[in-house]
Amino acid sequence: MSKIIASAAIRGAQTVFKNAEALLYKHIAEKGEDFVFEFPDTAYHLPMIYAMTGFAVRTLKDMKDALEMTRGYLHPEPVAKEWTPYLGEALDSGMATLFAEEIWLAMRYLEGLEPEKDPETGYVYNGFITDTIQRNLGIQLVDGRMPGFAAIIGAAPDDDTAVRIVREIQEKNILVFLSGTSGGETITRQLLRKKVELGWDTYLVPLGTKTEHTLYALDWAIRASMIYGGIKPGDFAGNLKYTKDRVFAFALPLGPLDDIKWATGAGAINMGFPAVCDTDVPVIHPTGVCTYEEVDKEFDHTKIVSKAIEVRGLKIVSHKPPIPIAYGPAFEGERIRKEDTFIEFGGNRTPGFEFLKNRELDEIEDGKIIIKGENWQARYEAGGSMPIGILVEVAGREMQPDYEPIMERKLHHNINEGQGIWHMGQRDINWIRISKAAKAEGFSLEDIAKIHHTMTHSRFKAIVDKVQVTLFMDEADVLAHRDEARRVWKERDDRLGSMTDENVDTFYSCLLCQSFAPTHTCVITPERLGLCGAYNWLDCKAAFGIDPTGGNQPIPKGETLDPKYGRWTGVDEYIVASTGGAVESFNAYTIMENPMTSCGCFECILAVVPEANGVMIVQRGHTGMTPIGMKFSSLAGTVGGGVQSPGFMGIGVNFVTSRKFLFADGGLKRVVWMTKALKERIKDSFDVRAAEEGVPNLLDMIADETVAEDSEKLLEFLSSVGHPALTMDSMF
Amino acid sequence: MIEETQGNNAQTADKVAKEILDWGHAHDMSTAFDRAQHLKPCPIGHSGACCKICFMGPCRLVGPDAEEKAAGVCGATLPVVSARNFLRMCAAGTSAHSDHARDMAFTLLEAATGEAPDIKIKDEKKLRKVAGILEIPTEGKTKEELGKEVALKILTNFGQQKGEISYIKRAPKKRQEIWRKWGIVPRGIDREIAEAMHRTNMGVDQDPENLMMAAMKVSLADGWGGCMLSTDMTDILFGTPSPVHSTASLGVMKTDEVNVVVHGHEPTLAEMMVDVSSEKELLDYAKSKGAKGINLVGMCCTANEILTRHGIPSAGGFLNQELALMTGMAEAIVVDVQCIMPAIGQVQKKFHTKVITTSYKGKMIDAMHIQYDEHRAKDIAREIIRLACDNYKNRTGFGQMASAASPVVAGFSHEYINYMQGGAFRGSFRPLNDAIMAGRIRGVAALVGCNNPRTAQDSFFDYLAMEFIKHDVLVVSTGCGAAAFAKAGYMTPETALEHAGPGLREVCEAIGVPPMLHLGSCVDNSRILTIMTQMTEEGGLGDDISDLPAIGIAPEWMSEKALAIGVYFVASGAHVIFGSESPVEASSVVKAIKHELWQKRMGAKLEFIPDAKEIFVTSLAAIDAKRDALKLKKYEPGKFGAERVLMTMEDRRKLEKETAKK
Repeated sequence: MSKIIASAAIRGAQTVFKNAEALLYKHIAEKGEDFVFEFPDTAYHLPMIYAMTGFAVRTLKDMKDALEMTRGYLHPEPVAKEWTPYLGEALDSGMATLFAEEIWLAMRYLEGLEPEKDPETGYVYNGFITDTIQRNLGIQLVDGRMPGFAAIIGAAPDDDTAVRIVREIQEKNILVFLSGTSGGETITRQLLRKKVELGWDTYLVPLGTKTEHTLYALDWAIRASMIYGGIKPGDFAGNLKYTKDRVFAFALPLGPLDDIKWATGAGAINMGFPAVCDTDVPVIHPTGVCTYEEVDKEFDHTKIVSKAIEVRGLKIVSHKPPIPIAYGPAFEGERIRKEDTFIEFGGNRTPGFEFLKNRELDEIEDGKIIIKGENWQARYEAGGSMPIGILVEVAGREMQPDYEPIMERKLHHNINEGQGIWHMGQRDINWIRISKAAKAEGFSLEDIAKIHHTMTHSRFKAIVDKVQVTLFMDEADVLAHRDEARRVWKERDDRLGSMTDENVDTFYSCLLCQSFAPTHTCVITPERLGLCGAYNWLDCKAAFGIDPTGGNQPIPKGETLDPKYGRWTGVDEYIVASTGGAVESFNAYTIMENPMTSCGCFECILAVVPEANGVMIVQRGHTGMTPIGMKFSSLAGTVGGGVQSPGFMGIGVNFVTSRKFLFADGGLKRVVWMTKALKERIKDSFDVRAAEEGVPNLLDMIADETVAEDSEKLLEFLSSVGHPALTMDSMF
Repeated sequence: MIEETQGNNAQTADKVAKEILDWGHAHDMSTAFDRAQHLKPCPIGHSGACCKICFMGPCRLVGPDAEEKAAGVCGATLPVVSARNFLRMCAAGTSAHSDHARDMAFTLLEAATGEAPDIKIKDEKKLRKVAGILEIPTEGKTKEELGKEVALKILTNFGQQKGEISYIKRAPKKRQEIWRKWGIVPRGIDREIAEAMHRTNMGVDQDPENLMMAAMKVSLADGWGGCMLSTDMTDILFGTPSPVHSTASLGVMKTDEVNVVVHGHEPTLAEMMVDVSSEKELLDYAKSKGAKGINLVGMCCTANEILTRHGIPSAGGFLNQELALMTGMAEAIVVDVQCIMPAIGQVQKKFHTKVITTSYKGKMIDAMHIQYDEHRAKDIAREIIRLACDNYKNRTGFGQMASAASPVVAGFSHEYINYMQGGAFRGSFRPLNDAIMAGRIRGVAALVGCNNPRTAQDSFFDYLAMEFIKHDVLVVSTGCGAAAFAKAGYMTPETALEHAGPGLREVCEAIGVPPMLHLGSCVDNSRILTIMTQMTEEGGLGDDISDLPAIGIAPEWMSEKALAIGVYFVASGAHVIFGSESPVEASSVVKAIKHELWQKRMGAKLEFIPDAKEIFVTSLAAIDAKRDALKLKKYEPGKFGAERVLMTMEDRRKLEKETAKK
């Protein structure tokens, strides 16, 4: 019964608390109370303590105070008979456990024990999850590619079961954190033995061998609330409501549970995350703290994943092509090394292309697969390499030529989501590898065509009625059809390049992030792509065509209120409604007044450098200092969560080279600082735009981290090169 | 069980009380239990047909077709007479709780100013919360400064002439509008009582409908005034209760210690006695008199106050007072106000017990009077305990020593009920609402009110509570009802495991609670108002108290206070059943008002049902009807569980945009 769980959680909290206390006082004795500690790359201090109490823990003294506060949430165990209630007390103990674990893990960092290195295998675990990783995953969290999160604690009864469980979770696109030990075994070791590829790319993230390491996953979940939800630190009710309503996480404790597992679980239940165990544990079915059951059990390992997903109230929509290998976004990040490759296509080894074209309905036959090539079966069976030309022809009453490039770009994902097959590039630089393992599972050449058929239907069901796939396997055919494709690609590029905000009457919104950032709305125009970099105007147009009630909605521009600032009546009306009144007006072309809000998954942050009369751009993942004295992680905290903050803005990388970039503020010439990596990435298109602006060498006049990380050095540099921003009108 | 105790001249369902009653009968002693059997109620007054408001009467409005034909000397008809009587009872009940609250306000004031040096503000968090509700700025103020302002603001609630009393706005919005629409928002507590007395004076209000609406108005001044203010101030001064383990029944008396019974309603002196009874000096004094210690026990609502805050054992409710003396073990019974039977003055003559009155408002012939004075509160408490110690040597062994006491877990303040459903971080009423919506819990029954010797003591309470929990209805209780369940040993978590229906059992097990929650004394019925409001605000069970699948029952009532409570519950939207004949039985017009008219205007009615089984059946039907109206899952025992709504990304985007706007 629940009392057993509550008692275990209450005891576990006391143990974890004592461990944290002992380690903290040891370090205070060694290093003094003023010693400063930070987890790597986070602006959220000790995130759980920060989110719950608003207390920004910076020093060991702060940790001491935090631990004293934590002590208040510990409770005595319920007595054997005529006990007083224990649920609230057990949940408090759970939260106390998370606080104490945070301090304990911080101390382990000081000892050099984190990220943990497996003493047996030498495997280095992930450790604390940085803000950068959190933001990198932003778009996947909202577009359905990563609808849920699982924490597996302990180990499966055997290696094969471990693999089966994680494969099932991967196929459902759920991100998995691995931690803890049961019976001396960990699931990480089980998976390593079976050579399962671990890491963020494959949705399998080992955190450590102790139960306490699960806290890293919870620290990650609670930051989502502050980063995307804009919930303030210290608003514990708001933060926990957010995790309960919007972060679809659950725990799968495999193997027997001990006090610390129960205590950590009680902490997770505070966040609305239930646990489904594979052992004969007491259950807690009444709902209200979690959306559904708090603790449940399922002994059948083939059912435990779907049970957990259901208990969390999660709906996973997945489409699997009829192929002999596992399939889903979790396999996208998988790499196939040369020695594991059975056969490859394209990638400068052989000629290749992939091309999607719209046809009339009577021109093609749905489901028809044509493979043209001399003796192609035997050549495939022999392995090595082959040329490949993939022609996907589609037809549909709602089909428009504008959708072709969007659908064509998905061909990459179509292939890459198969387990054991790999894809890179697009158009005529495509590169496909089929692993020996996939071949051993029975993967055939025809399956490539089957994947495109199934997934094109599944992704574009509202606009596509027929899909026919042709594979050209002879070099002469490939080259001939590639020329035709190249002609079409040029036409498409020219059309896209000529589109401006002025020559369309409809923009599109992107509301995908509202599942996480409820008051943020992206307004996407032909000349301004979404801040995550993943959606441009055409993408949105197609998405709306595919799903008229989906996350991308048309915004009639209405009257132009201000062409310079980029303000339209239709946009303002739309934004008020879609943000629930949180944002009232919006200017597309300035950072200074009512700029666009951000969800949290922006590629770059643009920020005004007042001393330089210009702006700086820093991209996600840059961990160094910037001239305005804030790192990306701290800056991100001020920009996200759907709040308008003049002077700061989240943007997609490609927006920098748009003609509408800071159009009202003076444009590209305002850029005074940009990271080196960013400069390299956008150099080509930047130089073109800089020439248009009359400063062809602008990129060289822009400082980067090798020149300046503070405003003083920045100004020195800008003066020395005569940067145009210094003589432009004042930004303020 | 009900068969055993109803009829057959059974006097009590309390086994310990029965031992003592049997002993009393053997020793030719009679108590209220016996007097109730010998002294039948006057049928005319009992049914509300007697008017003794002026000295032209008393007039008896009886006879065939009395409703139409009978009239008093002044011409008052039966509906007017019984409605007037009804209103007067409500006014009297309101005056009792509210005068109690006034004393608490003065105590808070003097505790804050330091004039009552023995009394300190214990729950500063609650003080600040209450100050917030009263719109008193709290920042930068010490608890003493704030305590003073809160006390003064509360005191204005009594003498206020216009406007609305402070706590009206704590009710659900929809309910407030209903009150405003019908003009029954109390302006000031004293004003409503005075006006009720005026209106029922000879020759003033002669309209039964107008009189009955006035009964609601004066009773609201009790519930959302006196009672709620008293609960809050008592929590501020002496701590907000959270669950404690203790024992109950007359078996709590100890053979080898000085037994001091504190009986009545106001907790201040009792709190002081709790404090000083563990002082070494007093313990030594007791030992010097041959006792092993000092055993403080509570009775009636004083018991509930110190049980829920300190785990002091309860000797039971109102009807146990004479029996406490008959154990022969009570060195003193210390009383203040309300529900003190004059009979104890007579019973004490046969035993060594000293009856000590402590309030100038409540003196008694044959009793010793020691006036309580908060300026030297602990000194008076010590004086009383010393006196009891001195009396220890006078025990004769004459009396029936009670055998056993039952375990009880009590102390469910509404704050704790919120906490217990999720802890400090996730506390809310969501789990309870969810459980009701999913059919785990069928509904909630408040079993409250007095004991009345015209019903075998506790028999209705015990029967109804056990039936309710078997049928998955959660029981909350206060006053003598709570004492009944405590004595019966029902208020332990084990009761849920052994007797509750499968759904209720699962909820109780998850939280670790008994299926019957002890909320405190009779003023703490205000906690039920707060709970019902919180359930409404939590969502999923409608938007007003009248939507909740809940019922209020006073199955063994006797006091005017109970009537005021019943009426403020109805005015707040809760269906209420009293377990007796109606005090306005004579008038079908008045009956129609409190059934149909109140139902129409307030969404709730007040019924009087003298049969326990019928109360149960009616209650379940009422609860199920509310469930139907809310379109909740039909209740089926053992079949529950929310239908899962599985969320796609699209569903998740549609979640309320509640966050960043804050």
